[in-house]
Amino acid sequence: MAKEVTLTIDGKSVTVPAGTLVVDAAKRIGIDIPVFCYHPKMEPVGMCRMCLVEIGRPVIDRATGQVVLDESGKTKMQFGPKLETSCTTPVSEGMAVVTNSAKAVDGRREIIEFILTSHPLDCPICDKGGECPLQNLTMAHGPGESRFLIDEKMKLAKHVPLGELIILDRERCIQCARCVRFQSDIAGDPVIAFNHRGRALEIVTHSEPGFDSYFSGNTTDICPVGALTTADFRFGARPWEQKPAASLCSHCPVGCNMTYNVRREAASGGKLVIKRAMPRQNEQVNEIWMCDKGRFAYHYAESSERLSKPLVRKGGELVEVEWDEALNAAAEGLRGAGQVLALAGGRLPNEDLFALGKLGKPVLYTHHGGGDLVAQVGLGPDSNLGDLGKGSVILVIASDLHEEAPIWWLRLKAAAKRGAHLIVAGARPTRLEEYAAQVIRYRYGEEIAVLHPFLDGSDADFANAENVVIFYGNEGLDLAGSSALAQACAELLVQTNHTGRANNGLVGVWANANAQGAWELGFRPSADLAAELAEAGAVYIAAADPAGDDPALAAALDKARFVVVQELFLTETAARAAVVLPVQANLEREGTYVSGERRVQRFYPVIYPPEGTRPDFEIIAQVGALIDVPVEGRAVSLLFTKLAAELKPFNGLTYQALAQRVEQWPQVGRADLYYGGTSYDNKLGLGVQLPAAGWQGGAAEQSRIAAVPQLGEQEVWLVPVTRLYDNGQTVKHSKLLDQRRAVPTLSLHPDTAAKLGLEVGARVTVDDAALAVVLDATVPASVGLVPRSTGVPSSAPRAVKLHRVAETAR
Amino acid sequence: MSEHFLLRHRDIPGIDRLDVYRRHGGFETIKKVLTTMQPSQVLNEVKASGLRGRGGAGFPTGIKWSFLPDNLWPHYVVCNADESEPGTFKDREIMESNPFQFLEGLMIAAYAVQAKVAYVYLRGEFWQVANFLDEKITEMEAAGLLGDNLFGTQTSIRLYTHLGAGAYICGEETALLESLEGKLGQPRLRPPFPAVYGLYGKPTVVNNVETLTNLPPILEKGAAWYKSLGTEKSPGVKIFSLSGNVQRPGNYELPLGATFRELIYTHGGGLAEGRKVKAILPAGASSSIVSVDDDKVLDTPMDYESVAAIGSQLGSASVIVCDDTVNMAWLVEKTVNFFKHESCGKCTPCREGTFWMNRIAGRISSGKGTSADIDLLEDVARQIAGKCLCALGEFSVMAVQTGIAQFRSDFEEKVHSHTTERV
Amino acid sequence: MNQLLNHYSAEVQRILAKYPPEYKRSAVMPLLYLAQRAEGYVAKQALEDIAEIVEISTTEVSSIVGFYTLYYDQPAGRYRIQVCTDLPCALRGADRFLHELCERLGIEEGATTPDGLFTVEAVKCLAACHRAPMFQVQGDGDIAYHEDQTVELTLAWMDEVRARVAQEKEAK
Ligand SMILES: Cc1cc2nc3c(=O)[nH]c(=O)nc-3n(C[C@H](O)[C@H](O)[C@H](O)COP(=O)(O)O)c2cc1C
Ligand code: SF4
Ligand code: FES
Repeated sequence: MAKEVTLTIDGKSVTVPAGTLVVDAAKRIGIDIPVFCYHPKMEPVGMCRMCLVEIGRPVIDRATGQVVLDESGKTKMQFGPKLETSCTTPVSEGMAVVTNSAKAVDGRREIIEFILTSHPLDCPICDKGGECPLQNLTMAHGPGESRFLIDEKMKLAKHVPLGELIILDRERCIQCARCVRFQSDIAGDPVIAFNHRGRALEIVTHSEPGFDSYFSGNTTDICPVGALTTADFRFGARPWEQKPAASLCSHCPVGCNMTYNVRREAASGGKLVIKRAMPRQNEQVNEIWMCDKGRFAYHYAESSERLSKPLVRKGGELVEVEWDEALNAAAEGLRGAGQVLALAGGRLPNEDLFALGKLGKPVLYTHHGGGDLVAQVGLGPDSNLGDLGKGSVILVIASDLHEEAPIWWLRLKAAAKRGAHLIVAGARPTRLEEYAAQVIRYRYGEEIAVLHPFLDGSDADFANAENVVIFYGNEGLDLAGSSALAQACAELLVQTNHTGRANNGLVGVWANANAQGAWELGFRPSADLAAELAEAGAVYIAAADPAGDDPALAAALDKARFVVVQELFLTETAARAAVVLPVQANLEREGTYVSGERRVQRFYPVIYPPEGTRPDFEIIAQVGALIDVPVEGRAVSLLFTKLAAELKPFNGLTYQALAQRVEQWPQVGRADLYYGGTSYDNKLGLGVQLPAAGWQGGAAEQSRIAAVPQLGEQEVWLVPVTRLYDNGQTVKHSKLLDQRRAVPTLSLHPDTAAKLGLEVGARVTVDDAALAVVLDATVPASVGLVPRSTGVPSSAPRAVKLHRVAETAR
Repeated sequence: MSEHFLLRHRDIPGIDRLDVYRRHGGFETIKKVLTTMQPSQVLNEVKASGLRGRGGAGFPTGIKWSFLPDNLWPHYVVCNADESEPGTFKDREIMESNPFQFLEGLMIAAYAVQAKVAYVYLRGEFWQVANFLDEKITEMEAAGLLGDNLFGTQTSIRLYTHLGAGAYICGEETALLESLEGKLGQPRLRPPFPAVYGLYGKPTVVNNVETLTNLPPILEKGAAWYKSLGTEKSPGVKIFSLSGNVQRPGNYELPLGATFRELIYTHGGGLAEGRKVKAILPAGASSSIVSVDDDKVLDTPMDYESVAAIGSQLGSASVIVCDDTVNMAWLVEKTVNFFKHESCGKCTPCREGTFWMNRIAGRISSGKGTSADIDLLEDVARQIAGKCLCALGEFSVMAVQTGIAQFRSDFEEKVHSHTTERV
Repeated sequence: MNQLLNHYSAEVQRILAKYPPEYKRSAVMPLLYLAQRAEGYVAKQALEDIAEIVEISTTEVSSIVGFYTLYYDQPAGRYRIQVCTDLPCALRGADRFLHELCERLGIEEGATTPDGLFTVEAVKCLAACHRAPMFQVQGDGDIAYHEDQTVELTLAWMDEVRARVAQEKEAK
């Protein structure tokens, strides 16, 4: 516990931990000292001078070390001749801070006047207008009129794209450096910087692509003026016309809390339209950040390719029908079909999974095993990556977190900075290694051996750790391999007694937002999905596209006797179904996800669903009713109540509990918008972490990591890797990300390429996909990396023979 | 002319050559220091000498050294050879003409604070000076005067030059350190001071070239000798860079406490025929202007206290003399334009304030201003004062405030004439 | 391929050796001078090369170029004649010197002579106040001071340079 310090601010007494900055101490008692450059998530720099206050300190007698008293017996205070910046001054015992004296008020007015001398007065057309700290502070503290000659104002470029995602208005920039500091200190991507000096300072980037960072959108939130805007929102709408709608990001297991801003638009027939996506503060999950995928990919919901009518196969063709007909067709196919396989993808919410599980054998569509073990030894309640620091060991193995779960990457990097012992084990370098205390390089297939030194106590840091968290992925592993890795990690945690408690346990780096939820609800991957599909009596698929991912699974589906698919789009899988039922996106309905940290969180309706669509659970219930399988379908909340009663870890949980609001520090949003940037207010709940079930021992018997076999002539060991901007159904419909999405490439070490007689840009085929060769010295020997979702089946690593595509004459 | 202790080349031609320097006792002092004195003894001697920093602030050198914590290592010494204050050109002469004494001084400082590495940060324009120093350093290394096990002791010292690239702000010590670390030359928050958190976050002494050049004679002849020169509170000798409207501008090494009159008339050859001193800027463009409305002002002793007593600063003693043809509104525009050009842009009052002052002063000086502009200029200056992150911003208003206060009629004259001519 | 490293490998190593290995970034300024030596300005490729050597982003290197006045991101005359017109020099006629020099050369301040050889600019104090009017010349990887100048002296020097450059050309 840090020492406590008591001081007064404008006469009010406040006690805060030593080291607290005056500006934050003031916040604790509701006094808002205005700031521009200060941001509670970053180190203070004292640049803008907006936070000037008067500070007095007790006079101390040098000889006795005692405070000196005045005639009336009160502590004698000494005030400095100058105003001081409250954002850089730590509190001290007996300090008296005055924010409301004439001197302090004048000082602030004068700083505002300086800032306004070169700031355009374009609030009426500025995107920040209405939620602009500068606008608000000018109203509250600024001068009434300008003493600056208007024709002497700086005239600067107002449309400077720093890339296709972020646009700079040079005139509006007030040089607070929040964005530059965020990029270098928090995001670790120093790809924007100041050019020139003095009044000529301007933000520039030289990266390719421009502003090359997965976190770039956050700079638009923390920019205290309208200088940085997203291409998405720029000139899109005024803040006051919009309503905030709480949601969750559905792209990865982090579960970032979000706010969508929506408004009704005539152009969209009076419907609610999303104008922008922003993080919603949840200090345990994403703090106030989110990645650009989460921020920009949501456009899939607006896609004109969305299914809005049920389809039934008639004479070999899928034709649009009314709901009743489709439901009856589905029921008819299922009735008496024998064993029904209920196959779900990890983006299906808990309630829908619960319902689906009633229809048949619950199967999770994934090749990443071990979620059952995570349920046993996952992070205990009250875990917070933000608490990890000295005394904590974090092991990341077989995962490229920067690509797979960017906000975890960000938070682990910060934990390492706070002193956590970060160990990164991978077959190839990844961006987390830069921040690791220890890097372990292994060869694909030899993952388990990495854990031995931790198990036998020979690694002192690990043995002495108070907290241990292990993140495991599935890079280079198939289902059996990733299950075996999970098993080994779980055993390590159990044997070193690092399970079930806060900040201890196993985390799966899943490909989807609710994969952990599916495991908790009893869904399990199939060891041989193709066989199960081909042999099932009927297959009922929701939120998964096995046929699109893998021709072998497509072939298996073709053999399946009867297939029902619930989907947003007409996927390869849907195209093979007997009945296709159009569903609603998570933006259009309610539900819950379980994050990788096993936090159950709610999402809420943001926009109206397209006419003709229904939520997954409702469809399942309606089909269930027709085949005499009772499923709750009236409301998602009722399903959750049932689920919570039935499943042990969820026992006692309610929607109300998930929506509970707890005061969060630092306070960044709210009425005093200027403190941290755009509003991050979290009014709709922080979620609840599930208790770990406790160690029950081994999972799949057959799980083991296969060694990489001897490779033949012209063969490489093909390893699918994750790229953040993939071509998944909920990503590829956002035009904004077009230029950054993964393309079909095969990355080879230059030596491997030379051996294979391939050069940069050469084209090879793997299965039916054509891939362009990329040379990358970080790729292990004889290995070829291929981004998932770019056309090559990527369920598991395997040996492939490369065929060069003959150059066509140009 | 009496003996020079800093500008020794004026007494001993060729002292920039190693053999000549050694023939005149060169490197005997560092040898004595390394072989017979503890670092703490060196520090105490310098403390006792009362030597004050010659970079501008006049902070006692020995006391500054004593702030370095001895539980954080390594320590660094960084020499401030950025010399960019308009009117200052003394460090350049030392380095160009008496380089070994300077480098010996740098070694003494390094030994006193137990630094193994010292950097000389030169302004980028001193390209040839840096090359010259590099040659001298190489000669010293070859002669066994730099490197490991110096004079048979355990001590090792290495010296390196580092060129800036045209930024006055890099004379400010924390900006200098940032620049030396390969970053933008923008000042750091202080505290922590460089003594605790300096180069690469390590305890660091930053000293001016002239300060360091004082060390060999002090260690050779002793603190008591040094204190016998200059005044009680400002002991020792100082190089005064004299410029502006005088007959013989140049560097003059005089004891602290010599008068303006002595500098300007005895050494500087006085002013042009028929001209008299109108104003003096004793610390370059950063000074408060001293109005010489009364001839007695010229008898002010040039030491830190006496110059402060007449409302100005001694700074690095770059004495700019203006005769009675100079219009102070014109002068203020020059200084303001300098600071606008050199503001690093990190903090608001300096970045915006110097920009704004430059606009107003330009308007006034070019005859396009109004009387209200004079008030506005004064008010903007007042508004900058006391709010900046570093002293550059504070410096920028000195001439403005004292200029308008003492020479308002010069400004009035400008706003009422509509000519753009000058000089 | 890192052209800077290829071209000046010994010099790059000598520069890096001045600083602790974990603070390579310190080498960015000397490396920029190196990059500027041949062409008189820092080209985009050089930014990338330096970024790679000192392990920072290209943008960070470019920001150093922008902050400091002695680095250029655009080509100009081979020799930059930079006249100090700051207060002490101005008191000794520097403004007039610059004005007349430009007039005699028939160019505006900041512009380049038609032969592309000289760019004439005003700069701030160069620590040569006692020898005004004066200028420095940046070019050929060097910075040289020319002090106690008159317009005639300067023009004569420029003629010498022209002659030398012409000779060099011929020699090629
Ligand atoms: C804007 C500014 C410019 C400065 N320029 C110089 C300079 O060119 N040379 C110098 O030695 N000190 C300069 N200083 C002072 C240094 O910050 C520092 O006080 C000095 O180098 C300390 O050395 P000393 O104690 O030996 O004087 C400057 C200070 C400021 C605020
Ligand atoms: S006062 Fe501010 S803007 Fe000016 S140089 Fe110092 S830090 Fe930079
Ligand atoms: S200086 Fe304190 S908020 Fe900017």
